[in-house]
Amino acid sequence: MKHLSSVPSDPPSQEGGSGGAHLADLLKRAGRGDEAAFAEWYDATAARAFGLAVRVLRDRAQAEEVTQEVYLDCWRNSGRFDETRGSAISWLLTIVHRKSVDRVRSAEAASRRDTTYTQQEGTVDHDSTAEAATASLEASRVRAALDHLTIKQRQAIELAFLGGYTHTEVAKMLDLPVGTAKTRIRDGLIRLRDALGVGEVAQA
Amino acid sequence: MSDIHALSGAYALDALDDVERAQFARHLAACAECRAEVRSFSETASHLAEIENQEPPAGLRARVLADIGTVRPFPPETAAPGSAPAGPSPVVTLRRRALPALVAAVVALILAAGGAAVWHPWTNDRSTLADQIVHAPDAVRITEPVPGGGKLTIVRSASLKRAVMIGDGVPEPASGTTYQLWLQQPGQGMVSAGLMPDSTEPTVLTGDAATAKAAAITVEPETGSSHPTSDPIVLFPLRSTA
Repeated sequence: MKHLSSVPSDPPSQEGGSGGAHLADLLKRAGRGDEAAFAEWYDATAARAFGLAVRVLRDRAQAEEVTQEVYLDCWRNSGRFDETRGSAISWLLTIVHRKSVDRVRSAEAASRRDTTYTQQEGTVDHDSTAEAATASLEASRVRAALDHLTIKQRQAIELAFLGGYTHTEVAKMLDLPVGTAKTRIRDGLIRLRDALGVGEVAQA
Repeated sequence: MSDIHALSGAYALDALDDVERAQFARHLAACAECRAEVRSFSETASHLAEIENQEPPAGLRARVLADIGTVRPFPPETAAPGSAPAGPSPVVTLRRRALPALVAAVVALILAAGGAAVWHPWTNDRSTLADQIVHAPDAVRITEPVPGGGKLTIVRSASLKRAVMIGDGVPEPASGTTYQLWLQQPGQGMVSAGLMPDSTEPTVLTGDAATAKAAAITVEPETGSSHPTSDPIVLFPLRSTA
């Protein structure tokens, strides 16, 4: 099967650097109605959630709204979090990302994005992620892992993940044939995953 | 779509359009390898957020904690494999009954009538028409949460006069029932726009979506109804463009 990928050789990371097991435990306690555990969960994760929302939405007020919505969802669903499906931080950030992207796209559906975006955004600032960075150990580890990507893979992943564009739009923005961007995104993610030592979740 | 596996990365980064997303979610339910891959990619992407860290405004914490004081967490899922936000349930029931025969009959009828339809129903490929609608320059989309979980998005193109319903994490209707789609037409009330037996499959509504004032989805007996027999689970107001 050609979509099988190599097993990473590096030791597994700590799920975003904040003690994945501890975070999962906080969520479990929240699921039983423990508001103090949820407050601790918020304190441990909010900077990542808010930062991601700001990056995708490019608007702090909207990012704040989205983050607030996400944490309420998160509280309500905390008892249903299943750590065999992935880490707690990934669960949270997946929801943040999805909501942010949904909001960007539906706002654009109202005022149809015109094609000039290609010119405006076509030149990707490769250091844009680095600029927003905070000086954490985990962040420098991620940045080092990003160096394993080709410039082209990195562009595609940044436009898709941080820009919130679809792979079809990414292809157009990077002057790639349709269908090439999705491959580039996937290849880049495999490299990044292996460089970070993220294991595929067992017994998937 | 011959190599649907290749969409795993774009799926994990939310870089698919609604139709592709629904199609890939359907594929995921049947492909353990892609599920494992998507999970590993989601973990990877969550590391990327690490370099975007930003301290949230101070007031947010208080608002979040005030919010959670007002509702209790949902009870855990106890029986049927519902869908957690992290991924679709691995179990999918395919219920395909007599639809192909019905579609064939309708196609034959349209061919016999030589109708001047804008689209080509004989391609018999719902995803193609769904794609056309979603990508139409005048496509308008409305997303609503579903009370039982998940959400529904309707995308309408007035120029194509068609609309497509796209489910995302919508629970399967109870055994013996089906989702049915409706268009509210001026002077006619709710007119059936077809069944949606599988909410993971983008479903094109039959009927003129340009004249419709609203679209709705109800739960009906498995064979469908000629009029809605229950309140809509979601009602989408549309602006008539006719």
